[in-house]
Amino acid sequence: MPSDAGSIAAARRSVLRSVAGSWDFVLLVILAAVLFGAIGWIDNFAETITVTFLLLDVIPIALMATALTLVIVTGEIDLSVASILGLTSAVLGQLWLSGFPLEIAIALCVLLGAVLGAVNGLFVAGLGLPSLAVTIGTLALYRGLAYVVLGDRAVADFPFEWTTRAISTIGDTGIPVAVLPVIGLALLFGVTLHATPIGRALYAIGNNADTARFSGISVSWTKFWTFVASGVMSSLAGIFWTFRYASARADNGLGLELAVVAAVLLGGVSIFGGRGNLIGVLAAVVLLATLQRTLQLASATDEVLNLVIGSLLILSVVVPNVVQMLRQRIRPTVLEGPTP
Amino acid sequence: MTRSKFRRLASGLAAVLALTLTAAACGGGTTRGDDEGPGDTQDSVGEADPNAEIQEGLHISFLPKQINNPYFTVADGGGEQAVGELAGEYEEVGPSEASASSQVSYINTLTQQGVDAIVTSANDPNAICGALDQARSAGAVVVTYDSDTDPACRDLFVNQATAEGIAKIQIELISEQIGGSGQIAILSATPNATNQNAWIDLMKQELEKPEYADIELVEVAYGNDDDEDSFQETQGLLSSYPDLAGIISPTTVGIAAAARYLSGSDSKGKVALTGLGTPNQMREFVKDGTVESFALWDPEALGYLAAYAAAALASGQINGEAGQTFEAGDLGEYTIGDGGVVVLGPPTVFDRDNIDDFDF
Repeated sequence: MPSDAGSIAAARRSVLRSVAGSWDFVLLVILAAVLFGAIGWIDNFAETITVTFLLLDVIPIALMATALTLVIVTGEIDLSVASILGLTSAVLGQLWLSGFPLEIAIALCVLLGAVLGAVNGLFVAGLGLPSLAVTIGTLALYRGLAYVVLGDRAVADFPFEWTTRAISTIGDTGIPVAVLPVIGLALLFGVTLHATPIGRALYAIGNNADTARFSGISVSWTKFWTFVASGVMSSLAGIFWTFRYASARADNGLGLELAVVAAVLLGGVSIFGGRGNLIGVLAAVVLLATLQRTLQLASATDEVLNLVIGSLLILSVVVPNVVQMLRQRIRPTVLEGPTP
Repeated sequence: MTRSKFRRLASGLAAVLALTLTAAACGGGTTRGDDEGPGDTQDSVGEADPNAEIQEGLHISFLPKQINNPYFTVADGGGEQAVGELAGEYEEVGPSEASASSQVSYINTLTQQGVDAIVTSANDPNAICGALDQARSAGAVVVTYDSDTDPACRDLFVNQATAEGIAKIQIELISEQIGGSGQIAILSATPNATNQNAWIDLMKQELEKPEYADIELVEVAYGNDDDEDSFQETQGLLSSYPDLAGIISPTTVGIAAAARYLSGSDSKGKVALTGLGTPNQMREFVKDGTVESFALWDPEALGYLAAYAAAALASGQINGEAGQTFEAGDLGEYTIGDGGVVVLGPPTVFDRDNIDDFDF
C-alpha cells in the first residue's frame, strides 16, 4: 500500500523505468530516429511513394510475424512460414490455370494454409516433437511441394483488376489499401494476445508449460491452434505476394523466414517464450523495412543491410541481458517485493 | 497491471500511427509516377530523333539478376566502360540472391532516385513488370539484357545471341575440327530443357546442308547439367561409338565435364570437343590440347552494348521501334529488330590464341 510519500515516488520511478526501459519504447525511439534521419539526409526519401513502397514490403512480413509472435510466446517456433507462402502461391497459380474462379482459389488457399499449419501443430503439440526440428523439416517439405506443383514455371496471367487491387493506395495518401485488413488482423491478434484468457494462456505456457497444465490450460490444443494461425497468416501473405508481383512461383518468398523471425526477436519476444508483445514486433517489422529502404536509397549494398540487421539482432539479445546484469550488480541485496 | 499494460499498448499504437502519418505528410506532392496512369507509360520516350546528341551525365543503373555473380560482374563491367565513354554516371545495384521478386525493391529505389536508364536482367519476366512500368512513367528508359521481361514492360531487349547463331557456330566449329566428316554426338543438359532442345533442333537442320553431308549425328546424350552424370555420359558415348570423331556440348556444365574426361583418356586430341563454355572453365583444357575451340557470347560486350542502347534511348535518338539504328562505340552500328530486340551478334569463339583475353 502506498501509505507514505516515499513509496509513491518509488512507484512513480518504477513506472517511468518500466516504460522508458521497455524494449518496445527503445525500438520506437530508434524507428523515429531512423525516419527523421532519412527524411533529413536521404534524397528522395520524403515522398509519399516511399510510404507506398515501404508498406507494400511490410505487409507480408507483418502478416507472418503477427502470428509467429503467438507461436514464439508459447516457446515454440515456426520456420516453415515462408515455405507456406511459396506453396500457397504455387497452388494459387495452378488453381487459376486449371480454371478455378479466383474467389474460390483464394478460399482454398487459406484452407491449405490452415492444413499446413495443422500438420506442424500435429507434430509439435500432438506428438510432442521439438518445433525447431519439425518446422525445419516442413520448411524443406512445403518448398519442395511448391516445386512439385508448379516446377520452375511462373503463372502470371492474373486479371489486371486483382493485381492492381493489391498495390492500389487510399486516395493520395500513398498508403496501400491492403494495409487496412492487415491492421484489422493485427488488432485481432493483439487483443487476443494481450486482453483475453487465450493470450494469458499463451504466456503461461511459455513461462512454464507444466504450471500452465496444472492450472487447467490445455497446452497441446493451445499450441496446435497457434500453428494453424501461423499457417493461415502465411498463406494470406502468399496470396498477397502473388497478386502484388503478379507472378505465382514456387520460389516466392524464398528465405523470407529469416526476416520474419528476425523481426519477432528484434521486437523483444523472448525465443524461450513467455515474454514480448505485438507492438514491439510490429515496430520491429516497420523498422527493418525502413532501414532497408533508407539504405537502398543511400545506395548501400545488400551486405551493408545484412550487417546492420545482424548487429541490431545481436543488440536486441545482448542489451536486455546486460541491463539486467548491471541492475543486479548495483543493488545486489534488494528485497524483492511481490512481483507484479 | 493490466491497465498499465493497456496504456503502454495504446501509447505504442499511437506512436506508430503518428510516425507513419509524419512520414506520409512529409511526402508533400512530389510523387513521381503516381499521377500518371499506366496508359501513359508508352509515351515516356516520345518521338525518336535520329540526329539527337547523346546527352552527357546520364545516370545509367545496372540491375543484374544477382550481384557478385561472375557472369554479371563481367557484363556490368562492360556497361561501366561504355557509360564512362559516354561521360555518364554508372551504378550497379541488385539483390544478393537471384529470386523472382527481389529485384522489385531495387527498381522502386531507382525510380525514386530518378535515374535516366535502368538496364536489367529479369529474374522473372512478369514479377518486375509493375515496378518497371512505374519507373518508365517516372521518366526512366528500361533496357533488358541477357533475360528479357514481357516486351510490354521495357523499351529494348539486348539479346546475347539468337538460337540460329548458337546452332550455326557449333556445327561450324565441330566440322572444322573433325575435318568435315565423321560421327558426332551431342551431350545436352536435360531432355526437357527448352533452350537446349531448340538449339539441338536447329543444329539438326544445319547438318542437312550439303557442306555437312559427311557428318553423321549418332546420338543425343543427356548429362542433366550435372558434372558427374555428364562425365559418365561422355565415357558412355566413347565406348558405344569407337569411331566417334567429335562431341558438341551446348551446356557449360556438360562441356567442362566432357573435357575433364577426355583430357584423362586415350581419346585426348583424337576426339574433338566443342560447344558452349566459359573461358575460365575451359582454359586448362584448351592449353593442354583437349579442346581446340568453343563458343559463347562475350558478356562484357553484352553489357557494353546495353549501356549504349540505354544512352541512345535516354537521349531520344531511338525509341525502340524496329529499323532504328544507333552507334555502340567500339562495337559499331546496331539496328533494332522486330519486337524491340537488338542482337549482340554471332557468339565469340575462344581458342588458344585469345582465351587469355577473357576472365569470366
